[in-house]
Amino acid sequence: MSEIPPGLFTRTADNVGRKTITAVEEVGNGATLIFQSVFWLFMGRRYGQPVRAGSVVVQMMETGIYAIPILVLLNAAIGVMLAIQGIYTLKIFGAESRVTFGIAFAIVREFGPLITGILIAGRTGSSLAARLGTMRINQELDALHVMGINPVRFLVVPALVAMVIMVPLLTFLCDVVGLLAAGLYVQFTLDISLAAYFDQVVDVLSVGDLMHGLGKSILFGVLICIIGVVNGASVTGGAEGVGKVTTRSVVQAISAIVLTDMIFAYIATLG
Amino acid sequence: MSAEQNTEQEFTSVIKVRDLVTHYGTRQILNGISMEVRDGEIMVIMGGSGSGKSTLLRHLMALEAKTSGTMTILDQNIDDLSMQQMFDLRKKLGVAFQGGALFSSMTVGENVMLPLFEHTKLDRMTMDIMVRMKLEVVELGGFENLMPAELSGGMIKRAAFARACVMDPKILFCDEPSAGLDPAVASALDELILRLRDALGMSIVVVTHELDSAFKIADRMTVLDRGDILFIGTPEEIRNSPNERIQKILNREPDSDEVDVDVYLRRLTGEDMYGGAQL
Repeated sequence: MSEIPPGLFTRTADNVGRKTITAVEEVGNGATLIFQSVFWLFMGRRYGQPVRAGSVVVQMMETGIYAIPILVLLNAAIGVMLAIQGIYTLKIFGAESRVTFGIAFAIVREFGPLITGILIAGRTGSSLAARLGTMRINQELDALHVMGINPVRFLVVPALVAMVIMVPLLTFLCDVVGLLAAGLYVQFTLDISLAAYFDQVVDVLSVGDLMHGLGKSILFGVLICIIGVVNGASVTGGAEGVGKVTTRSVVQAISAIVLTDMIFAYIATLG
Repeated sequence: MSAEQNTEQEFTSVIKVRDLVTHYGTRQILNGISMEVRDGEIMVIMGGSGSGKSTLLRHLMALEAKTSGTMTILDQNIDDLSMQQMFDLRKKLGVAFQGGALFSSMTVGENVMLPLFEHTKLDRMTMDIMVRMKLEVVELGGFENLMPAELSGGMIKRAAFARACVMDPKILFCDEPSAGLDPAVASALDELILRLRDALGMSIVVVTHELDSAFKIADRMTVLDRGDILFIGTPEEIRNSPNERIQKILNREPDSDEVDVDVYLRRLTGEDMYGGAQL
């Protein structure tokens, strides 16, 4: 069979096969990374490799605190946009005063976690991939190994813990900002007071709705971190390679977030 | 009693490698290497590009998985070590990588302090003093607050030496210490390696292709060629070796291998590239 010349079909099959193997390998690497992270988080101290609280705080600042201004701006804009579109649509039925329902559900269940996830993927996920990629190329990961410092414990666990804590907190903040911005627009346009608007929001929303959004955001945080790390750790080819894995990690993380969001929403609304 | 047995009795080995075979994919890189590094010596590993010297160094640092063979570091067979024992062993090893491998987000001082911070319970003031001492040894005193990006190539390498030595390792590995440096800085680094060996009594393994540097610092040399050991001996023995390939390396003569025409043509026509997809 080895005499068959490499025609278009052979090459296509070869490419599909290689890409499938790479994809399966990356999913496997991600799963292993999650397992290792949990192991080092809870067992690290036993092996003289504790996860330092200071490193987690640094990552929380990087992931969360420094991202607040842009997140507030974007979510305020989304809130106003939802209010504008909601009022415009409901006006057709003369039901614009019911816009609060749509705004509350849309922001808390969908837009809050989604916008936060996408922004953190672009901001923190990419920087994680670039950082790890650069460290790999500069042999800094090898240096950690030789120094007896486990790179997963030293680099990945603090980032993962920071994500799991900060992404839901940021999502909650974004929910509040989005609702407030939408409320201000509703007050201005429909002459409904902010207090009455928030009364309606609280009436409409349940704890389950809030948890739906926050639960998703934890999942998004894990996905962003693991995708960033897997891409960063697989870098080849110098600075150009770092650029490629950075872009790749953002595209993959955003795709994973949107798909997970859809699956999560489907499962959560079953029955 | 043979001469070899005599030698083994006179010297204590800190690293022993027996029949080390390693592959990258299907390509065999090391073809059954056996060597040892003696206590307190500077062993220089040299050879041309693609000879396997960097791969051998990565194995000696226990960074790569081997295909077969055995390796003992500080009397411990690395195949038998638990995770905890491996962490403990690594505390006795120091590495100065070719590009320094300093962490770019940390200052020079923080870089040097990292092993102390991770592996000891020393208070901050003691660690600061130790860091300053090590930086003084490599003539970088006063540079502890600079970022790696603010250092020259030679200074980065010296900072890497300071970090590698901060735990007073038993074995120090140096990957191409003088590569890419001007002769004066390279010579200063050679002096530093000799000083570290003499002052701290550590065994040092240096991978280099710089002949002048190799002959200046080596107690013994291992010459690699295409994954095999050509020769192990003192610089004098290597200089006087009648081996043609060694003399070519010493005289910096280019490799003039005969090309396998079939392999070359297959590579040109791309036949090899799709081999993986064919049955």
